[in-house]
Amino acid sequence: MTDRREFLKLSALGGGVVFMSGLPGCATSAADKPAYDDFYFVQLSDVHWGYTGPANPESANTLKKAVATVNALETPPEFIVFTGDLTHTTDDPKERRRRMAEFKEIASGLKVKNVRFMPGEHDASLDWGAAFKEFFGDTHYAFDHKGVHFVVVDNVSDPGANVGEEQLAWLKADLARQKKDARIVVFTHRPLFDLAPKWDWATRDGAQAMDILMPYTNVTVFYGHIHQENHHMTGHIAHHSAKSLVFPLPAPGSQEKRTPLPWDASAPFKGLGFREVEAEAKDAAYKIQEFPVVRA
Amino acid sequence: MAVTFAQRRRWLKGAAAVAAAVAAAPIAALFTASVLAADSADEVTIKVIAKRFQYEPNEIKLKAGTIAVLEITSLDFVHGMNIPDLKTRADLPPGRVTKVRVKFDRPGEYAFLCDNFCGDGHEEMSGKFVVV
Repeated sequence: MTDRREFLKLSALGGGVVFMSGLPGCATSAADKPAYDDFYFVQLSDVHWGYTGPANPESANTLKKAVATVNALETPPEFIVFTGDLTHTTDDPKERRRRMAEFKEIASGLKVKNVRFMPGEHDASLDWGAAFKEFFGDTHYAFDHKGVHFVVVDNVSDPGANVGEEQLAWLKADLARQKKDARIVVFTHRPLFDLAPKWDWATRDGAQAMDILMPYTNVTVFYGHIHQENHHMTGHIAHHSAKSLVFPLPAPGSQEKRTPLPWDASAPFKGLGFREVEAEAKDAAYKIQEFPVVRA
Repeated sequence: MAVTFAQRRRWLKGAAAVAAAVAAAPIAALFTASVLAADSADEVTIKVIAKRFQYEPNEIKLKAGTIAVLEITSLDFVHGMNIPDLKTRADLPPGRVTKVRVKFDRPGEYAFLCDNFCGDGHEEMSGKFVVV
C-alpha cells in the first residue's frame, strides 16, 4: 500500500504539479463505507506505436523509455492503464496486428502485471475493434479496485465516435448496481464532452453517456486522444486528459489545424509523459502527478 | 445506436475500397469555390468531393445570408461532413450524392471536417467556409 508520505516523496521526485480532482468531503459515512484504501495507478496514453515522422524521431524508443521510467518508480503502482491509441493506424490489417504484437511485447516489460488496455480510434476505428480484441480483449468493461468502481467506455470502435446504444445500456445497467455516492472512475479515449468539435475532439453521443453518469456524485473521467493535459468540469464531474507518448498537440481549438507540435531536438520528449493518480480512502479526491518520459 | 450487421459491412467495405484505391496520401491543397450571390435570398448549389484525406473544394466562399446546398460525393469511404457552428453533420456514403444545406447569417470563417475516422491523415481532412 502506498501511504500518503510515500506518495508525497514520489511527487517531489516527479517534478510536476499535483492536481487535485474530485470533491473532498464527499466520502460516505463510516456506517456504510465501502472498503476503501489508499492506492495509486499509472495512466499512459496515445503511444501510437508504428508512427514514423518528424514530430517524433525517437518514436521507436519513447515507449521503451516510458516503460523503464515506470519500472523505476520507487513504489510500484497497483495497476497501469493505457487509455487508447496503443498503435498508429494503418490500412493494412497485417501491419496493424504486427504493431499490436510489438506494442504488447514492449508493454509486457512492465514489472506491474495488472495492466488494463483500451482502444483509441487509431487501433479500432478501421475494423470496429477486431484486431484490438484479438490482442487485448474487450473494448469496454468494468472492474473494482479497493472500493473504487472503474468503467472503461469505448467511444472509438465506431469510426463515427459513438458509444452506441448497446454500450450505453450496458453502462446504465452497470452503474445501476452502484450507490449514487459510489466512487466511480471512467476511462475513455475521446473526451465525453465537446472539447473542440472543430477538431473532432468530442464523442458524438457523449451527452447521453454524461446523462447516465450525472446522477452519481463521485465520478471522475480520465481520457487521452488530445495529447496534452486538460482539466474540465461538467457539473460535478471532472475530466482529465493525459499527455501522449508520441507527440504533443496544440491547445484545443487554438489554431486552424490540429497539427503536432514540432519536435524540439534541444529538449527531446518535451511535452510527453505519463501520470500517477492517487486515490485516498479518506475522501473521494484524486491527486494527479505528471511525470516526463525520462526522469533526470 | 446499435451497430447492425449491415452497417458494419458497409464500413468494412468502405475501408477495403480505400486500401485498394489510394496508393499515397495526397498533398494538401487549397481548392476554393467562390460563390457570392447578389441576393441573400438566392440559393446556390456547390459540388464537393470528399476523399481521403481532403475535400475539394476545402475553402468555400459565401455571402452572408445565402443558402448553399452542398452536393457532396465521397469517392472512397463513408466520410463525414460536420459543421460544428451550425450543429449540422451528415454521413457521406460513396456512390451517392449527399445534400447538406447551409446558411451563415454573419461574416466569418466556419470550419467543416470529416468526423468519421478514415485513416492516417483523417486529422487533416477539414476545410472552411469564408463568409463575407
